[in-house]
Amino acid sequence: MARMKFVCDAERCIECNGCVTACKNENEVPWGVNRRRVVTLNDGVPGEKSISVACMHCSDAPCMAVCPVNCFYRTEEGVVLHDKDVCIGCGYCSYACPFGAPQFPSQGTFGVRGKMDKCTFCAGGPEAHGSQAEFEKYGRNRLAEGKLPACAEQCSTKALLAGDGDVVADIFRNRVVQRGKGAEVWGWGTAYGSKQAGQPNGGKS
Amino acid sequence: MMRLVFLLASALVLAACGDKEQTAAGVKSDTASFQGVTGPGNAYNVPGWKPGDKNAWEQQIKTRLQNGQNEYNRVK
Repeated sequence: MARMKFVCDAERCIECNGCVTACKNENEVPWGVNRRRVVTLNDGVPGEKSISVACMHCSDAPCMAVCPVNCFYRTEEGVVLHDKDVCIGCGYCSYACPFGAPQFPSQGTFGVRGKMDKCTFCAGGPEAHGSQAEFEKYGRNRLAEGKLPACAEQCSTKALLAGDGDVVADIFRNRVVQRGKGAEVWGWGTAYGSKQAGQPNGGKS
Repeated sequence: MMRLVFLLASALVLAACGDKEQTAAGVKSDTASFQGVTGPGNAYNVPGWKPGDKNAWEQQIKTRLQNGQNEYNRVK
């Protein structure tokens, strides 16, 4: 069975925040809540690195372990989801999560102690697939539509990969082996011309 | 003045009435993704696989990942 995973390639992420925007748009995430964020290390220093972070759908999820009302569950595809009707907004998951994934909307009746919201791997929640109730509480269910998370699918540099963990690992491994340095870097030929990038023989670049 | 106070008090008291009804009878069970969207939103299902067919869904997800996110496939 496919086991869904995210990987972000720090060598490729250009901190464009396209993933953050795609997530907010696709799931109509409320103001003040970011299910996904781009974190930059050594910002402004030459060699800075950025990665896109959201819920990593841990195999041994700390949020599940600490939840006092047991609102979390794991789907057959390995996606960690929660039932907002059961969540009491205590915030324990927020303290337990090493990625800062759980978010707490401040617009509802209970203020900043509203029901927790987090990345769903675009897999919705326990409501019927594609229903209005599911969309309002959890956002789009792209996985049930045969698609992958919007953040990764629109990533312009393909820094963010999402999908079956085995395939993601294969793509990433192949990339690391092949990418090289300088003119060997993928995309160089597209920008500056080369036979490998599809330039016709003898064509002007 | 009293009318304004009454209106404000009403708004405060009725603030929670706008919330949707919730059921707290344990975590609801979720259907697997390969079951697909069968309701009115099924127009957004990607063609090429049949909802309910687990193998077809897995293949669709793998193919989409390779085609959409592995650019080495495109430059070969």
